[in-house]
Amino acid sequence: MADKVLTGNRLGDGIAVWLDAAGNWTENLQDALVARHAEAVQSLEEIGKRDFAANLVLDVNVIDVAEVNGKIRPLRLRERIRAEGPTMVYADGYKAADPDFIAA
Amino acid sequence: MYRYDEFDHAFVNARVAQFRDQVERRLSGELAEDAFRPLRLMNGVYLQLHAYMLRVAIPYGTLNSKQMRMLAHIARKYDRGYGHFTTRQNIQYNWPKLSDTPDILAELATVEMHALQTSGNCIRNVTADHFAGAAQDEVADPRPYAEILRQWSSVHPEFSFLPRKFKIAVTGAERDRAAIQVHDIGLHLKKNEAGELGFAVYVGGGQGRTPMIAKKIKDFLPEEDLLSYITAIMRVYNLHGRRDNKYKARIKILVHETGTEELTRQVEAEFAELKNTELKLPEADVKAIAAYFAPPELPARAEGWASLAEWKKRDEEFARWVNNNVKPHKHPDYGMVTISLKPIGGIPGDATDAQMEAVADIAAEYAQDEIRISHEQNIVLPHVALADLEPVYRALVAAGLATANSNLITDIIACPGLDYCALANARSIPVAQEISSRFGAPERQEEIGELKIKISGCINACGHHHVGHIGLLGVEKKGAELYQITLGGSGDENTSIGEIIGRGFEPEKVTDAVETIVDTYLGLRLSKEETFLDAYRRVGPQPFKDALYGATAEAAE
Repeated sequence: MADKVLTGNRLGDGIAVWLDAAGNWTENLQDALVARHAEAVQSLEEIGKRDFAANLVLDVNVIDVAEVNGKIRPLRLRERIRAEGPTMVYADGYKAADPDFIAA
Repeated sequence: MYRYDEFDHAFVNARVAQFRDQVERRLSGELAEDAFRPLRLMNGVYLQLHAYMLRVAIPYGTLNSKQMRMLAHIARKYDRGYGHFTTRQNIQYNWPKLSDTPDILAELATVEMHALQTSGNCIRNVTADHFAGAAQDEVADPRPYAEILRQWSSVHPEFSFLPRKFKIAVTGAERDRAAIQVHDIGLHLKKNEAGELGFAVYVGGGQGRTPMIAKKIKDFLPEEDLLSYITAIMRVYNLHGRRDNKYKARIKILVHETGTEELTRQVEAEFAELKNTELKLPEADVKAIAAYFAPPELPARAEGWASLAEWKKRDEEFARWVNNNVKPHKHPDYGMVTISLKPIGGIPGDATDAQMEAVADIAAEYAQDEIRISHEQNIVLPHVALADLEPVYRALVAAGLATANSNLITDIIACPGLDYCALANARSIPVAQEISSRFGAPERQEEIGELKIKISGCINACGHHHVGHIGLLGVEKKGAELYQITLGGSGDENTSIGEIIGRGFEPEKVTDAVETIVDTYLGLRLSKEETFLDAYRRVGPQPFKDALYGATAEAAE
């Protein structure tokens, strides 16, 4: 089983967020709680349903990740881009996603 | 341009107030997402990968400088300082907060703009030729009819819950710059032998996962019957269009499955019932709407001819820009200016708040206060005196908006792709950027000539890849991006759907593949006058297949 984290988009501003160990939704994937066994994944799923129902987040999903050199890295490109933002420079004051992190 | 009357103002303001209440109830937890989602979509608010996205309608792509300034203001105040102009002549903001959207819509309403019907299974923003009212080859301005359709379709109770979304495009010239044959309904405004205005009516075109070219079901529909005939089409679609399968719900599938002859019969039967009802367009109403689109008074500016020749001689870059980005106007002393939103290596369709302000300034000072957004994701100033081209150019240079590449290989259409879009399977923008950089040298672009590259990051085809001379479709294969190439598509009066040329290319190889295609074309064209599309239509796919995959490899497949 791949390791997993819980992600969604925050209700008020839609920003991508991940669930951390304290049960808060964080903007930083690297602070996310990683579930490494089936019971932990089930718990993430339940928290996801609960916080969706509580109107804290939407588009809630449990996604596959791997820990590489101590860094959490989603397996799907889509989720890596969600974590890092657009992969090109798109606006003043905002950096492009780290190409090494995005690369397959 | 059209100005809101009291009814329009009251209607749009009421919708803003209603949406404000809905957002408040959503944020307080009173409304769950399942209930709220259709409400936000009716107001143009989507959820994408990183944030909400707001799509604002620019009816038939026409706006004035005050409205453009408001778009800039919204980018600055509520977003990250930029907006993205789309292939449907709209603008999208990528980072608005849900909690700010009622304020954004309220600000838009002050300049007669809104986000209604930019999503959902309704009749969407009606699009039109971006050179409307200015083009030499135009029979009549299509925008009054687009406006009539907009008024008729806005919250139309019968057509607010169609089987699927519905897109109408109108052109007023033989040369189709609105891609009407890949719309649900395409209208070609023309005159009959008696000199009366009417429409050729095309139905059932579209791109997406099942690209189809529209069928002409009426060669000449009198102007007065526009709404009754369109209503007849909508009724047939609303009744028989499939609701069991989202992927088969567009009218193109109905036309295809029913057959053009039978569908036409059904439409005509409906039309017979509707023809002389209250839907008949009174001449006075058409005239009243048309008056809003009366061409601006353009004084003679014959001095521009000599100045222009002199400026061109003096400045090669300026001459290049005029040659590529300025087209002849109805009035010989004027030109239609395309402001490219395709800087070399840049993001197709994006403009910063400062650039939008600059365009507003230029339009107010030099261009009769008229601005258009083209479906090719550029901005157009339809009425600029030749005598003003030099100062306009200088102002565009200062704003980083003077890229001289209209209709050339770097004038690429690209959807937002996987960098933003929740539906995408692959990125579009970085591919566009790499191709643009590869072919960015002006001499090389001009040597290649007219070539339209269009890129979509998924099969929904927002990047119009099916009608690209070279189309790129990004797919996800075994967890990685792969780009399928189609050749020979075109979205003009001779519409064709591009043919898949062979197996796809990895992101790092796709620009090389495009270069191979371009080099093959350069090697086989009969002369510089034979465009890529003409050459492809003459020789077919084989030389390109051979060049891309090798003659042996292809034979073995």
